[in-house]
Amino acid sequence: VKSFLGSPFQLCTLMFQLFINNQWEDAASGKTFPTINPATGEVICQVAEADVADVDKAVKAARDAFRWGSPWRRMDASHRGLLINRLADAIERDSAYLAELETLDNGKPYAISYTVDLPTVVKCFRYYAGWADKWEGKTIPIDGDYFCYTRHEPIGVCGQIIPWNFPLLMQAWKIAPALATGNTVVMKVAEQTPLTALYVASLIKEVGFPEGVVNILQGMGPSAGAALARHMDVDKLAFTGSTEVGHLIQQASGSSNLKKVTLELGGKSPNIILSDANMEDAVEQAHFGLFFNQGQCCCAGSRTFVQADIYDEFVERSVERARRRVVGNPFDLKTEQGPQVDQEQFNKILGYISSGKREGAKLMCGGGVAADRGYFIQPTVFGDVQDNMTIAREEIFGPVMQIMKFKTLEEVVTRANDTKYGLAAAVFTKDIDKASYVSNGLRAGTVWVNCYDVFASQAPFGGYKSSGNGRELGEYGLDNYTEVKTVITKVPQKNS
Amino acid sequence: LSVQKRSVQSTAQSQPDFTEKHSNMNSQPDNGHQQQADNGSKPQGPNQNHKPEHVDGPETHNLPIPIPDPPIQYTQLFINNEWHESCTGRKIPVYDPATGKLLCEVEEADSEDVDKAVRSARAAFQIGSPWRSMDASDRGLLLNKLADLVERDRLLLATLEALDSGKVFLMAYFVDLIATVKTLRYYGGWADKIQGKTIPVDGEYFTYTRHEPIGVCGQIIPWNFPVMMFAWKIAPALCCGNTVVIKPAEQTPLSALHMAALIKEAGFPPGVVNVVPGYGETAGSAISHHMDIDKVAFTGSTDVGKLIQKAAGDSNLKRVTLELGGKNPNIVFADCDLEYAVEQAHSGLFFNQGQCCLAGSRVFVEEPIYEEFVHRSVEKARSKVLGNPLLPGVEQGPQIDQKHFDKIMELIESGKREGATLECGGSAWDQQGLFIQPTVFSNVTDDMRIAEEEIFGPVQQIMCFRGTHEVIHRANATHYGLAAGVFTNDIDKALTVSSALQAGMVWVNCYNAMSAQCPFGGFKMSGNGRELGEYALQEYTEVKAVTIKISQKNS
Repeated sequence: VKSFLGSPFQLCTLMFQLFINNQWEDAASGKTFPTINPATGEVICQVAEADVADVDKAVKAARDAFRWGSPWRRMDASHRGLLINRLADAIERDSAYLAELETLDNGKPYAISYTVDLPTVVKCFRYYAGWADKWEGKTIPIDGDYFCYTRHEPIGVCGQIIPWNFPLLMQAWKIAPALATGNTVVMKVAEQTPLTALYVASLIKEVGFPEGVVNILQGMGPSAGAALARHMDVDKLAFTGSTEVGHLIQQASGSSNLKKVTLELGGKSPNIILSDANMEDAVEQAHFGLFFNQGQCCCAGSRTFVQADIYDEFVERSVERARRRVVGNPFDLKTEQGPQVDQEQFNKILGYISSGKREGAKLMCGGGVAADRGYFIQPTVFGDVQDNMTIAREEIFGPVMQIMKFKTLEEVVTRANDTKYGLAAAVFTKDIDKASYVSNGLRAGTVWVNCYDVFASQAPFGGYKSSGNGRELGEYGLDNYTEVKTVITKVPQKNS
Repeated sequence: LSVQKRSVQSTAQSQPDFTEKHSNMNSQPDNGHQQQADNGSKPQGPNQNHKPEHVDGPETHNLPIPIPDPPIQYTQLFINNEWHESCTGRKIPVYDPATGKLLCEVEEADSEDVDKAVRSARAAFQIGSPWRSMDASDRGLLLNKLADLVERDRLLLATLEALDSGKVFLMAYFVDLIATVKTLRYYGGWADKIQGKTIPVDGEYFTYTRHEPIGVCGQIIPWNFPVMMFAWKIAPALCCGNTVVIKPAEQTPLSALHMAALIKEAGFPPGVVNVVPGYGETAGSAISHHMDIDKVAFTGSTDVGKLIQKAAGDSNLKRVTLELGGKNPNIVFADCDLEYAVEQAHSGLFFNQGQCCLAGSRVFVEEPIYEEFVHRSVEKARSKVLGNPLLPGVEQGPQIDQKHFDKIMELIESGKREGATLECGGSAWDQQGLFIQPTVFSNVTDDMRIAEEEIFGPVQQIMCFRGTHEVIHRANATHYGLAAGVFTNDIDKALTVSSALQAGMVWVNCYNAMSAQCPFGGFKMSGNGRELGEYALQEYTEVKAVTIKISQKNS
């Protein structure tokens, strides 16, 4: 593992531009914006800023790549799979570079970028590569003298808007199923973290995807994102980000062309620790489930419900674990926690910490800034948190853990479900009946039993209620990118 | 247990010098063994000598050429990722059917070797073994890696395949090897997508299914597509997590043994795949009777298929899948594109020297176009270029061995005797070797032996029919049911005939259109189960339903 800090960083100048039709272009407006290293607050570089005109151009390229008879439409499904596999190979080859770039731009520890984000990205691409020629329609025994079959066709031009917390992984989650099913893509990456997505764009071109199949733009939500969401020639929009913006996306679809919308939004995920759980394991998993990725996870276990008879010990051990968390330079391999992604998030999280103190939660550790420059926040644990406090209701998206007390299973399931969110949940217990009672009772798209944040390309992920709409990953993820066409042919005489 | 490094050159009388052979064949125009006098075929046929006409044409320049004097590195039994001599010390002589020359000898597995291989496969399948505890996605990765290695060694494998089986080198290179790679990649993708279900059972229960591997799978494959059959068999078995003891045909063990080496190189754990070349009566029988083999998959003749099924009944009721023979109808309606149908019917029968279970060996042609169809089919058959399969321009190689050659010749004689009209061919080609002239019979009636029995050679039967119902009835009047073709531009006829035919595959306006994604297998006595596609996964999984009592069920 080579260290970024020791070697001059080779940023390809092309990567500062927009990727449209397999070419690099400046923004039509000529505008650029800076991307910041959150560990220092310094500018890494300026990148082109996409706006409406660039979105139009990218959509035209994607539409052209999707036209009837195009190389992409005519390609064998297995060959689409081969291209996606080659992209996985190229990303694997350049893993160290991509991991460095990810850490530089996002602030997540390099040890995590390299050992978690990158392998997961590669696996996601390989997984969907395999689906390309296995997404099968059916023949259906309908009544009457007819022959009926379904074709699973791509939806068309897919707009995809991804967040900054897992830039590469979110890109893979979005484009892998879209391409496996034969769509074309216009992706807007987060303005905080454009760099790795642009490097992957160069790999997309390198491995031989036809022009216009994937187009990648970096820009702001209110301009480029909005242009994509309300575009009349975008057939589908997939968004991962805040519930607040999710509302806007759905509205934009309604006020434009009723494009299909899938959403992966926020969460306030309950993590329920029963008194018969393995204490040490539960403490570690709850710690990891909240603090992983600087707490910047939509599935962060940000409401830890602990049964009354083990509550005090659990809080004490959690505090002790949080105090041991290593915060610092994300390129230091010992670092567990880097900076928050930007000034805005940094301020927002500190605001939530203040509200927690103000509303009477007990600050057990942390609660302040962790360094004199960059956006570092101390790992923070609140005890005695009540369900009506702001820190128990709103998504903090930072290294701030809330620990609540409960007595009975019925009570905790009710309280856990008492939220507009429904993304993820977990239960820790050795009792098989309690595990099934709680996991069946929770209103959440993913439930982990005796584990947390276990992700796999094969397992679907998505939210109940205001946490989203649709499922990503797994076979389910293919539905998001498929139109089903029913073909019915009259036959002279039907026979079984 | 050392890896044998051996080349063709180092074995007894086997030094095919391709350059010399090439000129040799061109310089012996009289070796054609043409039988015009015997069979009454018209002397003005397009290429009656079946010789290459322009082997140095510009289009051949970019084509791959076989490796001259290819190394034959692997000639031993592959058990537990190691190379073994056979327990009996016996060896199988392996011949080049184009020249009759000995290529090499390989170790001959018998029941003791099969036992050894099964023990190694069983150990690899133990709970907690590296193979059982491996992520499904990693099994997929290994299959993809194997595909990469086959791609790397494609030229060598295609050369070995052509040398060993007599199939045309370019076909081996462009058809067999591509299909092998694609099959491995296809099932590589399935490994982590073989999904069980959770099932809303009645009562206070939670039920889910696990799709588990069956266990140790015995696989017995034929000589007509040696490396492709190897891939068809091992790819779904491995993707589902089974372990394998595979017996390649005694005629064609070389590509399978090279694949064994690649399996080891790719990183499959020891014992996951074991390759045991041997004869059917000994090694094959030992596999099908084995008490510790959980499943046997066989591709070959219907006669042997019955023996396999019986052996399973006599032993441990192992699961059996069978891909057997066919006598496949290819139905050509008068409204079709005639030239195209003639071409497809021709390749549908003559492909791979006619040695395909899928061969369209009963061509039913509608009366108004019958004579023209026969005429054009004969022209096509006459223009076919025979010769050493390693040479460019050659379209048909030798049959696999003397026994098979004799069987085909015997059936041709029966056709003549029973009154079919021999339009062309009908006898051997070349003074030595196992070549048979492309043969076309017309005026064939359904009760003739050539219309009822699988010939597995370059012998085309063309029958005449008048109505749709008639031809459906006649096409289905066979105990086989593997494949069928129909050529028509009429959508109603296409749908009616394709629904009515009793066959595992029906091709409409095409023939032999195969792909890894599409299931393949037979109705009736053509087999049992399906290979390829998602369907093949069922043949290599046991479904386990797990039901757990819960305190209270909710939707």
